Amino acid sequence: MDLSIFGYQFMQNAIISTFLGGIACATIGVFVVLMHMPFIGVAMSHAAFAGALLGLWLGFNPLLGAFALSLLTAVIIGPLADRGELSPETSLGVIFSLMLGIAFLFMGLMPGSKSGALELLWGSILTNTRSDIILLAVVAVVVVGLVFVFYKEIQATIFHRGIALSVGLPATLILYGILFLTGATITASLRSIGGLLIFSLILNPAAAAYQLTYSMKRMFLLAAGFGVLSGWVGLLFSYLFNIPSGATIVITSSVIFMIAVVFSPKRRVKGWQEKPATEVK
Amino acid sequence: MGTTVINIENAVVSYRENVALRGVSLKVESGEFVGIIGPNGAGKTTLLTVVNGLGKLLSGRVWVLGNFLTPGNGHSLRKRVGYVAQVENIDPRMPMLVRDVVMIGRYGVLGLLRKPGKHDWGIVDEVLKLVGMSHLAQRPIGHLSGGEQQRVAIARCLAQEPELFLLDEPTASLDWKAQTEILGLVKQIHDSRQLTTLFVTHDLSALPVACDRVVLMKDGLICGAGPPDRLLTNENLSQLYDMSISAVEERRGESSRV
Repeated sequence: MDLSIFGYQFMQNAIISTFLGGIACATIGVFVVLMHMPFIGVAMSHAAFAGALLGLWLGFNPLLGAFALSLLTAVIIGPLADRGELSPETSLGVIFSLMLGIAFLFMGLMPGSKSGALELLWGSILTNTRSDIILLAVVAVVVVGLVFVFYKEIQATIFHRGIALSVGLPATLILYGILFLTGATITASLRSIGGLLIFSLILNPAAAAYQLTYSMKRMFLLAAGFGVLSGWVGLLFSYLFNIPSGATIVITSSVIFMIAVVFSPKRRVKGWQEKPATEVK
Repeated sequence: MGTTVINIENAVVSYRENVALRGVSLKVESGEFVGIIGPNGAGKTTLLTVVNGLGKLLSGRVWVLGNFLTPGNGHSLRKRVGYVAQVENIDPRMPMLVRDVVMIGRYGVLGLLRKPGKHDWGIVDEVLKLVGMSHLAQRPIGHLSGGEQQRVAIARCLAQEPELFLLDEPTASLDWKAQTEILGLVKQIHDSRQLTTLFVTHDLSALPVACDRVVLMKDGLICGAGPPDRLLTNENLSQLYDMSISAVEERRGESSRV
């Protein structure tokens, strides 16, 4: 195998990008999985995609548009999730399809070549520049740093927002903080992974880690590990078979998830709980 | 009995179109054990949320533990108020152990940026022992039965070292044995820790016999308060639950048989 490719600057950029993006996305994924809000992430990532296209169409920084629109989605969805009274799935479904519709509308309105738009859809990690890496690094450091500093508040909020509130923690603020970080992470990874695929990189590593441990700290670490592994293995396959890297990264993360499900000790939950039955006389 | 720890004056709370409390006034003295009963939708839970500052008052005034409640000071108040709700549906795969969950009770008291130390873990182990759950401390929280989860919830509440103990239907959906055990535990904790306790239930049989005072609630109003033996007459209960007196008698006869 000729690995001289890894000596090139663009490949090194891609390796660093997947490392940073993998950690940030997987950390966000732990929130998404444990707070049972995968649909929120999907809606936000499609909103980011639509926002980026808006930027491309009107000629301002696509990432700014992505961040703005994904946050707007969070602002709409947040109260729905926060109240938790009615199932937010219906409203989410509407927002999700609306965002996708808007995205394709902008794409249609855009004059000239659509390659920039398609890049945002599929992602193009091999063209990542220094500024992309800096943005990813900032987001990764902020996400991991905040989890580290506010671990106990985040842990309590993830466990149960009502309980977190009742012991005197600002659980609502933390929920919105988490949605904000989700928007920032999606935006920073958009160019590398693409609007359609970004969400798998958020969900799959965390979902895999979820199968394997009863410790939340370990779940964060495992998820980050799987995120980085998905990125690197995906990159390798992308190079070996000359196929789009966004796709290989996402497929790798899905395979890791499936392996985790197969080896999950949690599938034996029942056995743990079994007690000898006593007869009533 | 001592000083007034809860003073609610004419509280009105509404969610969307429904008025949950329509002008409720209640005073609770330090050390009292107050049972609040009434049918579903009477506003009992809302009354508890008014006490811990989570309910949004449309009008009225509330003092709790010497503080006049404003929208801003709820967080600091809740650190001093323990709250146990109904058995929650907890994801069986939730990556948290029983000990971690009880520690959540310390988080508010600890404050931002401070990590739990030896002292806090000591408290957690002590309260787990008190509720008889030490042997399950290292189990994933989602693996526990309903009764065990309520013991953990009570332990979490005690880890907070609260001055007020609020219980919202803590025995709903529990089997008879677990219900009896939880009621006994609540009473024991109330006495040994000299707490002020508010116990909400819609189920008369889940009302701890040890209540100093019972408050009857219906349609967002308090419709009676007083010592349990005087207040819990068949006539009162028939009005409270919209049942005929004979139906109440029959029902009470049934529950006294078991």
